[in-house]
Amino acid sequence: MNHLLLLLPLLIPLYAAILCLFFWRYVKVQQYIAVLAQAGLLVSTFLLLLEVNTNGIATTQIGNWPAPFGITLAADLFSCLMVLTGSIVGMAIHLFSIKGLDRGRQTFGYYPILLLLQLGIGGVCLTGDLFNMFVWFELLLICCFVLIALGGTKPQLEGAIKYVTINLLASGFLLTGIGLVYGITGTLNLAELGLMARAPMTHPSMVTLAGMFFLVAFGTKAAIFPLFFWLPASYHTPPIAISSFIAGLLTKVGMYAMIRLFTLVFIQDKGLMLPLFTVLAGLTMVIGVLGAASQNDFRKILSFHIVSQIGYMLMGLAISTPLALAGSIYFIMHNVLVKTNLFLISGVVAHRHGTYALKKLGSVYLQHPFLSLLFFISAFSLAGIPPFSGFWGKFMLAKAGFEADYFGLVLTSLAVSLLTIFSMTKIWNEVFWKRKPETDPLLEVMTEADLRVNRLLHLPVVFLVVFILFIGVYAEPTVALAQRAAEQLLNSEMYINAVLKR
Amino acid sequence: MELILPFLIGILFAASLYLILHRHFFKLILGLIIFGLANNLFVFVIGRLTRGGSAIIPQEDSVATEPFADPVPQALLLTAIVIGFGIQAFAIVLIKRVYQAFGTNDLDDMNSTDQIEEQEK
Repeated sequence: MNHLLLLLPLLIPLYAAILCLFFWRYVKVQQYIAVLAQAGLLVSTFLLLLEVNTNGIATTQIGNWPAPFGITLAADLFSCLMVLTGSIVGMAIHLFSIKGLDRGRQTFGYYPILLLLQLGIGGVCLTGDLFNMFVWFELLLICCFVLIALGGTKPQLEGAIKYVTINLLASGFLLTGIGLVYGITGTLNLAELGLMARAPMTHPSMVTLAGMFFLVAFGTKAAIFPLFFWLPASYHTPPIAISSFIAGLLTKVGMYAMIRLFTLVFIQDKGLMLPLFTVLAGLTMVIGVLGAASQNDFRKILSFHIVSQIGYMLMGLAISTPLALAGSIYFIMHNVLVKTNLFLISGVVAHRHGTYALKKLGSVYLQHPFLSLLFFISAFSLAGIPPFSGFWGKFMLAKAGFEADYFGLVLTSLAVSLLTIFSMTKIWNEVFWKRKPETDPLLEVMTEADLRVNRLLHLPVVFLVVFILFIGVYAEPTVALAQRAAEQLLNSEMYINAVLKR
Repeated sequence: MELILPFLIGILFAASLYLILHRHFFKLILGLIIFGLANNLFVFVIGRLTRGGSAIIPQEDSVATEPFADPVPQALLLTAIVIGFGIQAFAIVLIKRVYQAFGTNDLDDMNSTDQIEEQEK
């Protein structure tokens, strides 16, 4: 039962995607299959979280080969929280896509690819093998390539080519790093690598070198400071349903891989890594938020904020105390939900008004007070105003930073929070508050059917806001979970013993 | 042989990165393909080279006879080659579509997604 529960987050999207392919011409059937599969995924990941929470780390060996030889799947609290958050967001995106994505794209295999993307995310989070992680990442990336290019409009193709090129390079660096690790240790099982990293080594500098390859590879995928330029160039190009899913989840999966590897495997050279992470985290925050301040497009502002928020997640890894890592984990969950939601809200606004440019929008508060409330909650969560979710993440990170004497980094993060509020205020003023500039009155006329669709599009946004409010207002259980997940990450013996059955 | 291979890998990496930094689409594709090759060769060589010994266990034995080549890098390599092949095929089709849509060969002409939207006068 335990093994099946661990496999379900992979099996459900895989079989659902295959099933969808059988109904290529029947988009309606695909929609039902996809939404049912998402609901199943949500339930199974929640059960997995309960199981791991009560009985400790769950592991299984594919093909029943004993641990260092077979491919391991392992779920600790951190991976469970990631797949659970992923499936919540996936559910919202599926609901949004049914009405919010044009028919043409839906007929060209949108649902199977979205499900395979879910499979890739689940795979990265649950695998216990380094090479397997690479394979899942490739699966996830090729789905993203297709999703970004799906439809083939000019901006999409342009964004896709930048995205594809930089990610191919990053994957190459990842493969080189994996080769290096195998050459030094002769194993790719994460638990055994962790065990070796804690024993005296013959080539400590080589391990650091391999760690640098992983830093560059995952740093590119997670969009940390010098490697983020592809993100604001490509994330806003596809239709909003696609870009909100990719924007919400993918960089965080890269961050997950980084936190996993740099707490389990590459731990020897803390004297080099931690200051490096500190500098990178600070620069990522500042550059991201400054980039956002200069933009005039709803989606582009949000894209730059992704970069800025990645800095906070890296900050937890840089401080590397239990509280800081708990802050990072909580922050990742919060950010996946909030960022996806803000993108979806921009989609709802654009569905009604036909543009994302701040200059052309306006009066949304007058026309849709409810949507404005939803945006208000999400934006304040992102900026970190209590009692919303972002506050708790930033509070934990700042407290951990003060305890560990990272004053510069904490002050930077607080200043960046202020600038985040500035950006959110800018969106609020321009989109919701100011009077809408006079435009062609023909564009304003919407049929009754369109208005009904627009009302339906609110549904996934409300769905996500419920979760955002839950982890914000009633933060205690989530914070406690994040803290236990951080303890599991820092006491790697638990993970190693669970996988190697010692 | 063991001496030549590292140099070959180095040359392949250098050549591929040089080609990727070009603005021309065709050179970009070539660079990406050579980059994949360099990676694969690197993984292959770092698993230590053993000549003439395959890791197949004879029927009367329970372990393979020494010396045998490590089968893991070969397995990894096969997977990486297949994945790389798929992604390169996608990249080539994508670049062809981009060429058809934009009618240009120059990556410098493709900077519209980076620009801040013009302020409306």
